[in-house]
Amino acid sequence: MSRGDTFGSDARVELAHGAGGRAMHGLIAALFRRHLTDHELARGEDAAVLAAPGERLACATDGYVVAPRFFPGGDLGALAVHGTVNDLACRGARPVWLTAGFILEEGLALAELDALVASMAAAARAAGVAVVAGDTKVVERGKGDGVFITTTGVGAVPAGVDLGVHRIRAGDAVLVSGTLGDHGVAVMSKRSGLAFTTAIRSDSAALHDLAAAMRAAVPELRALRDPTRGGVAATLNEIADAGGLAVRLDEAALPIAEAVRGACELLGLDPLDVANEGKLLAFCPPARADALLEAMRAHPLGRDAAVVGEVAAGPAGLVELATAFGGRRVVDWLAGEPLPRIC
Amino acid sequence: MKYVDDFRDGHLARALSDRIADEVDPARTYRLMEFCGGHTHAIFRHGLADLLPANVEMVHGPGCPVCVLPMGRVDMAIDLAMRPEVVLCSYGDMLRVPGAHRRSLLRAKADGADVRMVYSAADALAVARAEPDREVVFFAIGFETTTPPTAVALAEAIDDGVSNFRVFCNHVLTPPAIRGILDTPEGTAIDGVLGPSHVSVVIGSEPYGFVAAEHGVPVVIAGFEPLDVLQSILMLIRQLEAGRAAVETQYTRAVTPGGNAKARALVERLFERRAAFEWRGLGAIPQSALGLRAEFAAFDAERRYDLAERPVRENRACRCPDVLRGAAKPPDCALFGGVCTPENPVGACMVSAEGACAAYWAYRRHLAA
Repeated sequence: MSRGDTFGSDARVELAHGAGGRAMHGLIAALFRRHLTDHELARGEDAAVLAAPGERLACATDGYVVAPRFFPGGDLGALAVHGTVNDLACRGARPVWLTAGFILEEGLALAELDALVASMAAAARAAGVAVVAGDTKVVERGKGDGVFITTTGVGAVPAGVDLGVHRIRAGDAVLVSGTLGDHGVAVMSKRSGLAFTTAIRSDSAALHDLAAAMRAAVPELRALRDPTRGGVAATLNEIADAGGLAVRLDEAALPIAEAVRGACELLGLDPLDVANEGKLLAFCPPARADALLEAMRAHPLGRDAAVVGEVAAGPAGLVELATAFGGRRVVDWLAGEPLPRIC
Repeated sequence: MKYVDDFRDGHLARALSDRIADEVDPARTYRLMEFCGGHTHAIFRHGLADLLPANVEMVHGPGCPVCVLPMGRVDMAIDLAMRPEVVLCSYGDMLRVPGAHRRSLLRAKADGADVRMVYSAADALAVARAEPDREVVFFAIGFETTTPPTAVALAEAIDDGVSNFRVFCNHVLTPPAIRGILDTPEGTAIDGVLGPSHVSVVIGSEPYGFVAAEHGVPVVIAGFEPLDVLQSILMLIRQLEAGRAAVETQYTRAVTPGGNAKARALVERLFERRAAFEWRGLGAIPQSALGLRAEFAAFDAERRYDLAERPVRENRACRCPDVLRGAAKPPDCALFGGVCTPENPVGACMVSAEGACAAYWAYRRHLAA
C-alpha cells in the first residue's frame, strides 16, 4: 500500500492517530510499516522476541528533539539512528537492534512524518541495525514541537573489548576523527531568526564501522566518545572530571572547517562548544597514536582525523588549550545555551 | 580564515612579545586598562597575558554592556516582560543577567513571560510587524556600537507607523564612562587606555582627546584581534617611555578621526543625552546615556509604561563594582567560582563572555587556585 492510497498529500496528524483505534492502526500500517520492515516489528505483537547473539550486550537510549527537523546534511529521522548507534559504538559494540518511540504533535504533516520515517529506515539499513519495536503517541497541538523521537539501541560487544574512561591514563594521546562543529553550525544556519547561508552540512553519520576499524588496527585503544551536545569541550571536561585527569589540547592541531570557523567567529561561539553528530574522540597509548591516526584516515568517516592533544596526570578535571597565538587557556564547559554575543 | 588568521599569527605574536619585553622599563609597572569587553575576551581567549612581561598588567574595564547595567534596569525589563500584552525582545546575553533576588529574564520566561532572544533590533521590529496585536518591546542595550542598529529599526518603525513597536533604551556612551573611571581613586593609577574597536568605528578617535589632554593618559585605539592588542600595548608603552600622552589609532583599517557621520546623525536625530545615568560599579555619571527624544514618546517603552528605576541593594559580597572599575581582580571576590559561576551568576560580570569574571573563570581559573 502506498501512502497515496491512504492519506491525501495535505493530511496531518490527528489526535485519533494516537488513540488506539482504526486511525492509529492505519497510520502504523500505511506509514511506519511501509518503511520499517523488520519481521519482528511486522508481527505487531506487544514485544519483540530476539535471539541473544552470545556476546555481552551494550544498551543506550537517547531522545531527539532537534529543530529544525530537516537541516543541511541530515534530518531528525536519520539522526535518531546515528546518535544511538554511535553511543553503542563508543563502547565497542556492533549495533544490532533499535527501538523507536515517536511523540507526534497534532497537526504535523503526514508527508513530513513519512519523510522522517523513510530516512530513519534508510539510516538503520545502512548501519545494519534492525528496528524491532516501536511506539507512537500523539499529543495535542501546542503540547509538543512536531516530532520527538526516542531510540534505544542494543549492540553486541566482542569478547575482550573494554572501552571506557576508566582505561584512560596520563600520557595517552587524544585524537579526533574529523572536523569539529559541522552539525551545530549546519543546524544553527537554519534556525529561525538566525538564517545565514553556509555550505556546511551536518556530519550526522553512524560511526560503528569506523570504531571497529580503529579497534582492529589498535587493540590498545582505551576509550571512544562522541562529542555531541556541548561539543568537544563538554566531552573532555566530563572525562577529565570522571577520570581525575587533565587534558591538554593544541589549538593549531584542531581540524575545523573554514566555514565553521567563520560562522563561529561571527556568532561569538567557540567551535569546541558546538555539537557534532559524526565524530569520535579517541584515546590511546602515545606509542600507538600514529597507527590509530593512519587507521582513522583510511576510513571515509575519518579522513580529516588528527592528533589534537594529550592526557596529563593533573590538575584533576582541567582541560587546557595551548592557543595558536602562543598563550594558554582553560577550555570550560559551555554555560547555559550558546548565546551569540551582542557587539 | 581570510582576514582573521593574519591577525592571529603565532610567530608575529612572539616577535611582538619580545619587542615589548625589550622596551619596557623593568624598574616600573604599567597598568593598562582595556576599556572594552571585546578586548578582555580576546586577551583571555588567546592567552595574551602569557605573552606579556610581569610588570605589564592589564586592568579590565567596564566596556561590557550587560555588566554595567544596574539591577534596577534589569528589573524594569522583567516587569515589562511580565505584562501579558508584552513581547520582550532581547539580545541573548541579557537573558541571564540577574536583577534583584537573582531573578532574570530567563527565569521570567520560565514563569510564562513572552521573552524572545533576537540577534538584532531589526529582528525585534520584524516580530512587531508579524504580530500587530502584541506590544513588542526591544530591550536596547550597548555602547555606541549597538545604538545605530537600534536607531535604524526605530526610524523604520516611525516611518512605517509600526505602532506596536517600542524601545526600552539603555544605550550608554563610552567617553563619559572613561572620564568617570579616571576620576575615581583607582582610575588615577591607570597608566594607559586601550580604546575600543567598534565603538571607535562609529564615534571616531576625536572624542578621546580629553583623556590625553586633561588626564595626561595615552590612548591607543586597538583592533579586536590578538595581534592588534599586542601591537597596541607596544604603542602605549612607547608613548609612556617617551613621556608622551596622545590619542593614537592602531586600528587604522576601520577607525577614522571623525567616525561614521551618517550613523551619528541618525542617532542624534532620534536620541538625546540623559542628564545622568546610573552605571553599575561607577555610580551616576552625567551625560553618559541616551534616551528617546520626547517627540518619539509613543515609541519609548519607559514613557509608554511609565517605568521608573527602583534602587536595588546589591549583594554586598559581590565585587562586580570594583572589578568594573579595575579596582579588583575577579579572584579577589569571595563569591568567585563558589556561589557565583556562569551557570548561576550573582554579578553581571559573570554573565557575558565579555565580563571580566566570566572570562577569568572560563579561561584562566587554573591560575586563580
